[in-house]
Amino acid sequence: MHVRSTTLHGRHLTAGARMVDFAGWEMPVQYCGTLAEHRAVRSAAGLFDVSHMGELAIRGPGAAAAVDRLCANDPRHLSAGEALYTPLCTTQGGTVDDALVYCRTPGQDYLFVVNAANTATDADWMRQECLGGAVVVDESEETALLALQGPRARVILRRLLSLRERAAITALRPFTFAVGVPVAGVPCVVARTGYTGEDGVELACSAAAAPLLWDALLEAGAADGLMPCGLGARDTLRLEAALPLYGHELSRTISPLEARLARFVRIEGRDFCGRAALAEMLAAGPPRELVGLLPEPPAIARADAEVVAQDGETIGRVTSGTYAPSLCRGVALALCRTGAARPAEAGGGALSIEVRGRRVPAAVVPLPFYRRRRGA
Amino acid sequence: MNVSLQFPENLRFTAEHEWFRPEDGAVGITDHAQHALGDIVYIELPAPGARLTAGRSFGSVESVKSVSELYAPVDGVVAEVNPELAAAPELVNREPYTRGWMIRVRADAIPGNLLTAAEYRRLVEA
Repeated sequence: MHVRSTTLHGRHLTAGARMVDFAGWEMPVQYCGTLAEHRAVRSAAGLFDVSHMGELAIRGPGAAAAVDRLCANDPRHLSAGEALYTPLCTTQGGTVDDALVYCRTPGQDYLFVVNAANTATDADWMRQECLGGAVVVDESEETALLALQGPRARVILRRLLSLRERAAITALRPFTFAVGVPVAGVPCVVARTGYTGEDGVELACSAAAAPLLWDALLEAGAADGLMPCGLGARDTLRLEAALPLYGHELSRTISPLEARLARFVRIEGRDFCGRAALAEMLAAGPPRELVGLLPEPPAIARADAEVVAQDGETIGRVTSGTYAPSLCRGVALALCRTGAARPAEAGGGALSIEVRGRRVPAAVVPLPFYRRRRGA
Repeated sequence: MNVSLQFPENLRFTAEHEWFRPEDGAVGITDHAQHALGDIVYIELPAPGARLTAGRSFGSVESVKSVSELYAPVDGVVAEVNPELAAAPELVNREPYTRGWMIRVRADAIPGNLLTAAEYRRLVEA
């Protein structure tokens, strides 16, 4: 496959990034180191290039009906400037992808930000599922996306805004966005969204202007401890916050109802792709559930490790596992037979995870592993 | 990549990115290896007295993102384990050839198939 790179590729190399192939894109996995970058986001701020993600617009007079048909979450109440997290489902109730839907013009124009690896298949799937009167337009090529995340993120952003814009951005609520905001002179869509478990914003701008915006943000945040962050930290941050990653916690054979996303599946009074299968699963109860596990240190369970009950029965598999820098230990998400993995307080039996030929005791814990202190 | 990796001349190397110091039998992983692994968070090493076989795994090194086996560069017996690494595995990232040494081995012999610094550099830069 042809490996693509973002317009920030040169910036990444200059900053000393180690580059990896991710979903067909050459992306920075780390700059100075995943631990330091992770800690910067938890304590100050981090800047991520996530331009590899896909941007698919649905436009036209039939756009509202089409978006309603595609989303497992209910997009009908969205006003201009509101965003919604939603799973996108197969007719069998599996997951095609998960996306943020940005309502640009109600009834007329919606933007789906989707996983890089799925952009092409999502576009095909949308064109198949869309009713008449709506077109799918792939805006990925001309769009750059930067994530500025951490407790200092909005303070840093404010420095690059005019006085008038500052008030609007300060008032920006979670899961809302403002369009045409000049940030250091670069017109941006500023959304109060993210994938780290911290406060922060995501900035979309033209791919050509991304290097200018990148430099301005890093300079504005240098004194706050802002660091460029790679995909390594993005993964440890999202995993501590128990946010799902497509291909791990979600797939065509994993339903959002199994992945702790039931509150993003709205079956009442509407029809959408996968509704019948999901309604059936809701009634019967999902066969598997995603649980949080803490393997006994120093073991670190990785994806695909088997989860084993006391009697030796395999009850599930780790979907994602890593060293969690905020907890200074290994953490894992695992998809297990429903009811088979319960916390000890709830009467659950002892569990272990098979880590490279060894059975390591693991505790079932409530999710997320990390929750930020509000108002800090 | 604009990092300059080190290849000390006094060491011998394996193709699996371990180094061996003939003077005192110290063994560790190379600058290239620590760079590729990223932040190291745990190192599993054998106890003194353990018998090593060249080319066989003698432990593992775990970074935030992955785990890798360590392969013995020589036949021999473990004489000493670096006591600092249990509390400070990041020494392997910071000083892979000095304070980040892992074990000292009483080698039966020094095999002729270990790579020189120049040969190892060619392997890494290929």
